[in-house]
Amino acid sequence: MTGGQTGRLRHAEHVMGTVVSFDVPACAGEAAGLAGYEAGGALGRAVRWLHWVDATFSPYREDSDVSRFAAGAVSLAQCAPELTEVLEACAAVSALSGGYFTTTPGGRFDPSGYVKGWAIERAAAMITAAGSAEHCVNGGGDVQCVGDRGPGQPWRIGIADPLRAGSLALVVAGRDFAVATSGVAERGPHIVNPHTGQPATDLASVTVVGSGLTLTDAYATAAFAMGSAARDWVDSLDGYEAFAITSRGADWQTSGFRAYLA
Amino acid sequence: MRRVILTIAGTIAGLVALLSFKAHVPTLPSAAVSTTGGTGSTSGTSSSSSSSSSPSSSSSPATVPGEFPMGSLAGTLTAGETTVTGHVANTVYGPVQIQLVMRNSKIVKVAVLQQPMNTIHDIQLGEFAFPKLIGETLTAQTAKIDAVSGASYTSEGYIQSLQSALDNRA
Repeated sequence: MTGGQTGRLRHAEHVMGTVVSFDVPACAGEAAGLAGYEAGGALGRAVRWLHWVDATFSPYREDSDVSRFAAGAVSLAQCAPELTEVLEACAAVSALSGGYFTTTPGGRFDPSGYVKGWAIERAAAMITAAGSAEHCVNGGGDVQCVGDRGPGQPWRIGIADPLRAGSLALVVAGRDFAVATSGVAERGPHIVNPHTGQPATDLASVTVVGSGLTLTDAYATAAFAMGSAARDWVDSLDGYEAFAITSRGADWQTSGFRAYLA
Repeated sequence: MRRVILTIAGTIAGLVALLSFKAHVPTLPSAAVSTTGGTGSTSGTSSSSSSSSSPSSSSSPATVPGEFPMGSLAGTLTAGETTVTGHVANTVYGPVQIQLVMRNSKIVKVAVLQQPMNTIHDIQLGEFAFPKLIGETLTAQTAKIDAVSGASYTSEGYIQSLQSALDNRA
């Protein structure tokens, strides 16, 4: 699955129930040793990290730390220390979002709403640490962009239209930024309003833009559960903007979102 | 050149057809073309243009999907740009007319010359459908995107996704 045109290195990894796509300029890739993916370059380390996160945090694997912790079979101290880190961060997002972000969507312990963005941002950071200043990692629709796409060129990220499969609603552009979208799309309604216990239905999708994918993704999840009220909430967050398409086909954006429009 | 014009006409037809689908009225639009001589001259006009409409020509051109000008872009052309103006399509909500600005056979701007203004449905068309259609046209034609953000696709659904197409660019 590793390939791409001259000048760029692309790799798509099936992991965490989705596909994580890496896009790295070849010159940056060489600097990072990415050409040696099979030999264990930075891309290989990032991919192994994602599989480790899957094995540790997946609520769908009986032997994951998350599943065993949820079942009461192990204490937090017996789990990977990253689970403690994740739980503390989740508590902070939950408080900031008035409880709309939760680690118990549907009543069952499942921190996935935080884990994916966190794992992708860290994977991107691993490639940065290996010497690449310009790359993009897309975790099943949640994107972390590092640096520019090329000299003076911003990254351009299409926002999928949730009401028309295969079409884009608009394009955002930026450097060193993250784009996360929560919505009903492929898996049907799957984000629950924790205050009502019912699936959130105000929005067809909401896209949040920020600097790091960890919080950007968590905020997108909270915003979707929040529905129409998310507009004011995201506007109150420093450094984050949002664009939403409602389930009736209307759209709205926060006051600073237009700065990202391509 | 003929092929280019046919393609352009097809694009306008597609735009209006999408709109017509919403309006439940079939239409058969066509297009006329004009070019600038590098001096920014007149736009093409439809031979069957509605006489009731005289769009303002002072609007600024669209720069982003969802933010589009009302009125002709003929006065804003730069060298190498061409306007293509669709015939008026009469939908149940009223007349609709769209103008494209082309450069090197690609759509670079879209303007709305006429759109319905009267009913709640009309307002929805104006606020929702036009920005979306225009955004779609621009992104499909000119978006050189690097990645797609959207609600999570499954591993199985990935192969159908736009992101999959991006990952497999030759």
